[in-house]
Amino acid sequence: MSDAPVIEAENLTRHYQVRRGMFAGSATVRALDGASFSLAQGQTLAVVGESGCGKSTLARLVTLIEKPTSGRLLIDGKDVRSANSAELRELRQAVQIIFQDPYGSLNPRKKVGAILEEPLTINTRMSTAEKRARAEEMMARVGLRPEYYGRYPHMFSGGQRQRIAIARALMLQPRVLVADEPVSALDVSIRAQVLNLLMDLQEEFKLAYLFISHDLSVVRHIADGVMVMYLGRPVEHGPGETIFAQPRHPYTQALLASTPAVDPARRRRRVTLSGELPSPLDPPSGCAFHGRCAFATDLCAKDLPLLRDVDGRQVACHHAEAIAAGQAPVRQAVRA
Amino acid sequence: MVATAEVQHEELAAPAIHPLREFWFYFSENKGAVVGLFTVIAIVVMALSAHVLAPYSPIEQYRDHLLLPPAWQEGGSWAFFLGTDATGRDILSRIIHGSRYSLLVGLIVSTLSLSTGIAIGLIAASFRGVLEAVIMRMMDVILAIPSLLLALVIVAILGPSLENAMVAIAVVYLPHFVRLTRASAILELSKDYVTASRVAGAGRIRLMVVTVLPNCLGPLIVQATLGFSSAILDAAALGFLGMGAQPPTPEWGSMLADAREFILRAWWVVTFPGLAILIAVLAFNLMGDGLRDALDPKLRRS
Repeated sequence: MSDAPVIEAENLTRHYQVRRGMFAGSATVRALDGASFSLAQGQTLAVVGESGCGKSTLARLVTLIEKPTSGRLLIDGKDVRSANSAELRELRQAVQIIFQDPYGSLNPRKKVGAILEEPLTINTRMSTAEKRARAEEMMARVGLRPEYYGRYPHMFSGGQRQRIAIARALMLQPRVLVADEPVSALDVSIRAQVLNLLMDLQEEFKLAYLFISHDLSVVRHIADGVMVMYLGRPVEHGPGETIFAQPRHPYTQALLASTPAVDPARRRRRVTLSGELPSPLDPPSGCAFHGRCAFATDLCAKDLPLLRDVDGRQVACHHAEAIAAGQAPVRQAVRA
Repeated sequence: MVATAEVQHEELAAPAIHPLREFWFYFSENKGAVVGLFTVIAIVVMALSAHVLAPYSPIEQYRDHLLLPPAWQEGGSWAFFLGTDATGRDILSRIIHGSRYSLLVGLIVSTLSLSTGIAIGLIAASFRGVLEAVIMRMMDVILAIPSLLLALVIVAILGPSLENAMVAIAVVYLPHFVRLTRASAILELSKDYVTASRVAGAGRIRLMVVTVLPNCLGPLIVQATLGFSSAILDAAALGFLGMGAQPPTPEWGSMLADAREFILRAWWVVTFPGLAILIAVLAFNLMGDGLRDALDPKLRRS
């Protein structure tokens, strides 16, 4: 396995201009505000956070559906920004995506065969027979029977549809697969099957996964690295075991504490978060999390904490060490 | 090793069948649609073989038989089954020949407005922004004018004839198709399968025509068949007002117009062309409903 990262992101940001009615003028939504990470072949990076934290925006940027407002994105060492259209076409093939909703991600008017062959039709000059052979081979890989080739998506269950979506994503032999909550719409019984399939495929094709999820039990199962996001910014980023064993950012702690655990020994002290995710239209000053954080001080409201190395991972919190040592003063009333 | 073995395969009853047989299976579920289809086929056959089926020429005037009632009425003659009009022309022959004009009007108007409407609608949905705003406001302007009035104005400018009437009606129905195409295309564009296609490298044209358009066709087909019947109606209305088909063309609407002054004296001169219009319009509407059910996989009971 080579160690050269397939994907490198430096300070990726994506801002949207939204209009607030006719007279109010436009406002900027900072959907993603500076994310950096790198992803090597065969590795899985899980991006975790509640809805609205910029996970899906990140997915759209990495799959080149949208252009970043600023920051650099390198796929296979090539800068996306400076790539010409032919190179861009090639880079695009290297990154494919699986969506959350298996019902919306397959064209209802096309048969499974046509869905799987479309990427080949667009990008290669294969003959019909060749394409069919490739499609059937891929169907076998993901555990779909060959007679499904001529059927429409509406004839399948959610799990089978997700298999079709995975097969489609793999048709172009990508290096990176962006999985945008690939199992959260599935039944729990199907979930493990699809996750195992994803892990088998990763091993077989040496795929790098950018695994977007809010389900921490799934992330724990599959991820090498974890990036916790809050309001468009990564707040904690490091190896999965390290973060799961000892979360350092108060937000990560709260997230982990909210995951139900069967084993009483693994249960954590419950940290409930009050309040809502602040509006990305009008983010709080300083640390975006200070309004909901039990350890927030005046410093947090003033200065934006940057990611820094703490205990083998990166944390964006002024008080990470103090919290870890149990010395941080706990604020009594947390502003809702 | 791939997880094939662990997967529990759900047995699916439906085998892969030929698309046409599949279509017929779903279409025939709807009895009204089948009736509509056969009526439409009958009208088409009638139109195609009008010169064989019609007992007389549609414009031949039998001066000895003015305003003859239908055969089963007192004073009627089996020689003129549905009677004759004020100038002694055989109504049955005129109706049979008139089906040609009605079908032609429906066909040309709906193809014209459907194809232009789809093209303009897809452009609006694809480019958004200023171009979309300009297109949609123009369509709003067309919609704001009462349709028959607009058609009348266009025909008045172009000159009264059946061809110009068809162009005018096509323009009048254009906004419906543009709006329908744009709305469903925008809805489809936001779906994940379109994004997947884009990630796979599909260009703008492929995305709009191959990926999005087939998923918008359901409502468009219904609108086109409805448009087919409305076009027949409007052409009849224009014919009735003297702005469509010109005499002695046996167009159903102008037949009604010619018969206007005899409505109280000779009911048959208005009733039979009117019935012909009614049956044709109803048949196309029923067929359109059935087509929608059969062509939209989402409405199928699978």
